[in-house]
Amino acid sequence: MNTEWFIVLSALLFATGAMGILIRRSPMVILLCLELMLNAGNLALVAFSRMVGNGQGQVFAVIVMVVAACEVVVGLGLIVAIFRRRLPLNVDDLRELRG
Amino acid sequence: MEEVLFFISALGALGGALGVIAMRNPFYSVLALIVHLFSLASLFLLLTAAFVAAAQVVVYAGAVMVLYVFVVAYVGGGGESAWEPIPFQRLLAPLLGIALFVELSVAVLSSSLLALGEDGPDVQAGFGDPAAIGRLLLEKFLIPFEAASILLLLAAVGAIVLASNRRQSEEAR
Repeated sequence: MNTEWFIVLSALLFATGAMGILIRRSPMVILLCLELMLNAGNLALVAFSRMVGNGQGQVFAVIVMVVAACEVVVGLGLIVAIFRRRLPLNVDDLRELRG
Repeated sequence: MEEVLFFISALGALGGALGVIAMRNPFYSVLALIVHLFSLASLFLLLTAAFVAAAQVVVYAGAVMVLYVFVVAYVGGGGESAWEPIPFQRLLAPLLGIALFVELSVAVLSSSLLALGEDGPDVQAGFGDPAAIGRLLLEKFLIPFEAASILLLLAAVGAIVLASNRRQSEEAR
């Protein structure tokens, strides 16, 4: 398979994730859409690694996976904290920090 | 054969991604993301990245998704309000997504990377297997590897601090 196909698919998945972040209101689904975008980046990294014939891009993808796991843990901790304080789980209602 | 596998996996990945953003219930969104992650793992296998594919299935589709399912079960899937602070946001967002896709594709495909249209060089048998990745991680990328482990520890501590029930423990005192 040409590398082009993988790169275009990764761009498509990234755009889908970005669209989801703009459309959805629940913080949980926004975190899921962040996962989509990170995974699209991973796919591009691995495809370029195959294109160059060098394994270093795959190490980069593994590190991205670690960072994504950290982001999930902190994000879900925030969601649980919001839920415990009886605040609405909706990013449009949580707007006290907006100027 | 390779093309057939690619298109099946690509359809799975795209369908999963669309499922994540289209499902009303967050629980179904998580299930759609699991489909997406498995399709992505098969794409990684097509790119001869065996270790990344295995890590994807074990870490992502296994551990991280279990965490998501637990939190969705704890919090519950609330319905989303129809109130929109920015008018026409739901109509503008798909247009913006399509524009982003076109822009990214044009930017990559019109670049001067000549190898984009090829299959990539033939690689030896051990390319991307756990031994090769492990050697790279522990020799060439030792400092990023250790930094990632510190980041994981910090994230675990941060999540405990964030989600701990501080108010109740203060009342109990």
